[in-house]
Amino acid sequence: MHKFLIRSFVSSLVLLFTLTVAAVAKDVKAAFVYIGPTGDHGWTYQHDVGRKAVEAAGFKTTYVEGVPESADAERVLRQLANSGHDVIFTTSFGYMNPTNKVAKEFPNVKFEHATGYKREHPNVSTYAARFYEGRTILGTIAGTMTKSNVIGYVASFPIPEVIRGINSFTLAAQKVNPNIKTKIVWAFTWYDPGKEAEAAKALIDQGADVIAQHTDSTAIVQIAEKAGVYAFGQASDMDKFAPKAVLTSVENNWGPYYVDRVKAVANGTWNQKDTWHGIGDGMVVISDLDSQMPADLRSKVKKLQADLASGKVHSFTGPIYDQKGNLMVAEGKTADDGMLAGMMTYVKGVEGDIPK
Amino acid sequence: MIIDINFVGLIIASIMASAVPLILASCGELITERSGVLNLGVEGMMIIGAISGFALMTVTGSLIIAVFGAMLAGVLISTIFAFLTQTLITNHVATGLALTIFGIGISAMIGKNFVGIPGKEFPVLFEGLKDTMPLLSPILFGHSVVFYFAFALPFITSYFLKKTKIGLIVRAVGDSPESASNQGINVKFVRYACILYGGAMCGLAGAYLSMIYTPQWIENMTGGRGWIALALVVFSTWNPIKILIGAMIFGGLTIIQFHMQAIGVRIPVQFLTALPYIVTIIVLVVISRDSRKIRLSTPSSLGKSFYKDN
Repeated sequence: MHKFLIRSFVSSLVLLFTLTVAAVAKDVKAAFVYIGPTGDHGWTYQHDVGRKAVEAAGFKTTYVEGVPESADAERVLRQLANSGHDVIFTTSFGYMNPTNKVAKEFPNVKFEHATGYKREHPNVSTYAARFYEGRTILGTIAGTMTKSNVIGYVASFPIPEVIRGINSFTLAAQKVNPNIKTKIVWAFTWYDPGKEAEAAKALIDQGADVIAQHTDSTAIVQIAEKAGVYAFGQASDMDKFAPKAVLTSVENNWGPYYVDRVKAVANGTWNQKDTWHGIGDGMVVISDLDSQMPADLRSKVKKLQADLASGKVHSFTGPIYDQKGNLMVAEGKTADDGMLAGMMTYVKGVEGDIPK
Repeated sequence: MIIDINFVGLIIASIMASAVPLILASCGELITERSGVLNLGVEGMMIIGAISGFALMTVTGSLIIAVFGAMLAGVLISTIFAFLTQTLITNHVATGLALTIFGIGISAMIGKNFVGIPGKEFPVLFEGLKDTMPLLSPILFGHSVVFYFAFALPFITSYFLKKTKIGLIVRAVGDSPESASNQGINVKFVRYACILYGGAMCGLAGAYLSMIYTPQWIENMTGGRGWIALALVVFSTWNPIKILIGAMIFGGLTIIQFHMQAIGVRIPVQFLTALPYIVTIIVLVVISRDSRKIRLSTPSSLGKSFYKDN
């Protein structure tokens, strides 16, 4: 409740400010709606880095942070649309219905919704990143670098995005090392440094010597650094938090897409699109590879990165079996986007059940 | 699975480390409440302590300044609460809630420039003795000074309340401010002091999180631990030793449920994550079920404003 109060207060202040500014400016203006605080150093932080790129390209931007995925989102969107914004980016899955609802009321405003699939009106586009491609690279590194053959994975919530990441990571790790086991711990939070640290510690105590994460804080890489095991950065380059532990990070790079889309609005060339970009388009970026990795692994990873970018290699190439041994993807085939978007089963080799 | 004795020691040590902020904040709040003041601003004071400690550490580079600065920040923000509730006689519950909202907001504002900066290594004591004894040495050695302080605090608090004259005065003020005042005790002064002390301990608890436990600053990093600390005070029936037990059970179950997940115990994960909350309350209710003792240790005028005309 208290969070909600502050957020509403801050949002109203920001909106008031926007209304005043809107009355004078005539250029293309972009607005961003964030689920979390820009100070999370994770998901929202990276979107805000993208927003700053739009500013740097010479456009005016506004953002509202900490907007709940409820009727509140509609209210915020309506006010942003009313106050002279030409394009509005809604950067969380839960904004899907509010975005489409408000888009209908404002046909002249463009809406861009992240990680969703509903485009009910011609002024709604969707975009997302193929983070699983990054996890293919992490899995390859983890499978090679582990000595205990136990890899820990701190997961957040059982949704397709996270399951897809676990699967892609495990498939890649098994490919280089068939003996590995992926131990998964669900923290049921995106963002609670204390809890994430405890989850990572439990995995390390149980013998994991490489830790992967699908939660947002830097607590896990710090725990790994203290314990002397390896880890990977999430969303942004976390190397400076744990120089010895972090082998590489998968960075979310929204800037180029945002600049591109805002420019399209300015030129009048904006059209409805469904974008799902990966390493090839630069939306998923692999940070520098740590020098502790053997040279041959580094060059192998570089090649894999290039092949994923060109499409020569796909993260989900058959034969892929689920935990019960049923064929998910036939030999020589790759998983289509529909299957990826709704992936809610573990592949063979992942231990445990998906929480229901 | 083979249970290695050192493995058990490591788990106990991580349980203790996770209990530290809860013990510090709860013991601080306990003194405040024993003087008859209900301060629901624990979460707000902790987060202020967290950002102050981290900011001072980054800016000055001195861990000592940072730790004491965080405690001072807790004192300063609790002074606002003390002034409102004791001098202006506002409602404790509403003021405390406002303090939490204020703390979270202002810490986010100060913290804007400190996101994404790694923390400094905090020195640990007795590191050389870490491999001397199986089981015991990971528990006893190689921790920060705040860790040792936190585990001494419940005993100090208990001694202070039961055996010292000032402790008696604090309890008298919490039970019957009228009688205490008639005895010549300055109720307002005692309550101010207890609120400020509570603020200092919450500030320290926050600094432990941002400087030692997970050395970094991010918004809302206390993650509701202040509310858990508040609940511990009530469910322990204002007994510092039971706070220690409650904090250990809570921290223990949080960590053990992760271990159970990693081992692959087939219990629904949602149930496991709810376990710490449920079990801590049940255990504390069961060990505190003696109603005579509860009456004795509950500050009778908790949350009631005291105003003296003179």
